[in-house]
Amino acid sequence: MGKVLKPGVTIKGTKEGLLFFLDDSRPFTAIMNELKYKLEHNNAAHIWDGPEMKVQIKLGKRQITKQEELELRNLFAIRKNLQIQGFESEAGSYLLEPEHGIQMLVGTVRSGQVLQHVGDLLFAGDVNPGGIIQSTGSIFVLGALRGLAHAGVKGDHTAIIAASILRPTQLRIAEIISRPPDHWEEKEVEMQFAYVHGEQISVEKMHLLSQIRPEKEWKEPYHRGI
Amino acid sequence: MITSGKGGVGKSTTSVNIGTALSLSNKKVCLIDTDIGLRNLDVLLGLENRIIYDIIDVVEKKCRIRQALIKDKRCEELYLLPAAQIKDKTALNANQLRWLVAELKEEFDFVIIDCPAGIETGFQHAIAGADRAIIVTTPECTAVRDADRVIGLLEKESIAQPKLVVNRLRTQMVRDGGMMDIDEVVAMLAIDLLGVVPDDEQVIRGGNLGEPVAHSNSLAGKAYRNIAKRIQGEMVPLMILQKKSNMFFRMKKWLGFA
Ligand SMILES: Nc1ncnc2c1ncn2[C@@H]1O[C@H](COP(=O)(O)OP(=O)(O)OP(=O)(O)O)[C@@H](O)[C@H]1O
Ligand SMILES: [Mg+2]
Repeated sequence: MGKVLKPGVTIKGTKEGLLFFLDDSRPFTAIMNELKYKLEHNNAAHIWDGPEMKVQIKLGKRQITKQEELELRNLFAIRKNLQIQGFESEAGSYLLEPEHGIQMLVGTVRSGQVLQHVGDLLFAGDVNPGGIIQSTGSIFVLGALRGLAHAGVKGDHTAIIAASILRPTQLRIAEIISRPPDHWEEKEVEMQFAYVHGEQISVEKMHLLSQIRPEKEWKEPYHRGI
Repeated sequence: MITSGKGGVGKSTTSVNIGTALSLSNKKVCLIDTDIGLRNLDVLLGLENRIIYDIIDVVEKKCRIRQALIKDKRCEELYLLPAAQIKDKTALNANQLRWLVAELKEEFDFVIIDCPAGIETGFQHAIAGADRAIIVTTPECTAVRDADRVIGLLEKESIAQPKLVVNRLRTQMVRDGGMMDIDEVVAMLAIDLLGVVPDDEQVIRGGNLGEPVAHSNSLAGKAYRNIAKRIQGEMVPLMILQKKSNMFFRMKKWLGFA
């Protein structure tokens, strides 16, 4: 009895953005419900609808699954100005089953064939017209993508599709479908990637990926001059 | 087996000419026409009027294999086992074809199966009998797409590394961008190129006269003879009609890929 229930979700503002502390002693579903309530609740609308704000999520000792991360990201998506910067767990990796990195497969996906994969996939070879490559994660084709690619098949909007030669008949990320222009600009020889931008799929040159996925950006360790 | 996916790209023409060219280099060759109901090879060889028994008679044991084989007019060691014209496709099954090919292999250096178009039963049965495959395509998107599908199916059936013949190439059209070039086709299908046959009216004339172009001095005839040499393991460079391809392959060698 007597014990006062402290909130499951605590929010702190810093000069970098917002810190969300998710209490690790409560079930994840309870946290999600509270978070949902807080994000939807109008009292706090002045924070939520303000300028763009970076969000860091502190999980305490909790680690989460990729699926739970996805749910969290989807929840935050209702507040367009809140940008999730990253997750932190005192237990080390914030993911419960750290992904086994990217997996590589080689070969050719021919007309009428379907390559299905779980996780991020590096495919060294071509995907020919009429062939399909799908994965729950991102898809990187080291070769020509001329068929259909579907990344994030289980609903991961953060998945991307990249290819040395990006000439697909169709691209899908999560449930979003896009058909490329009927005529590609022949000059486009640079490596490109596709990602979900708002409600649709956009295609950009590879070097712009660091702007879209800053959390993945590689940086040279910073040394102070002696 | 000679197959393509798409119809009319030149499977039968290729079968007859490769068979002829192989036998011209002193190999014993047997051609099997499995296009039941749409018999063709006999016409291309000018042997139509000699047919007494056909492949269905053989598998139904109405005659011995030997009785149904027809010897070519020109080549000493070229034989044809004709398709049946009046029966339907269901008359031949995979086991029968497997048995037939095994028997013929005892006696011949090469047994060439000309497949019907498509990827249905006729194609499936031919797979049962074959241990190597040649894919014929023309440099057109639809034909290449179908060839790609067939290669995928063959890989699943463990017919290792099919080889490619690109038929009816028109250099003029490639130059003005109206036709895929060889590099594009080979890059897309990602299998070894066995040869390129130009689009040549001699092929049509030869077919109508029942005299395979492989006997002639035309460009197409030479192309088929080169293919036969490559089948026997000889290294023969591609003819000048695809100057660019030569460059491409040589470059690959330099880079250490080939
Ligand atoms: N290299 C060539 N140059 C010109 N004409 C050709 C060439 N190759 C084939 N042809 C012509 O194309 C037509 C179709 O050839 P063919 O019958 O060999 O095709 P196929 O693939 O066996 O057809 P099907 O799928 O009906 O069995 C014929 O009229 C033939 O003469
Ligand atoms: Mg035919």
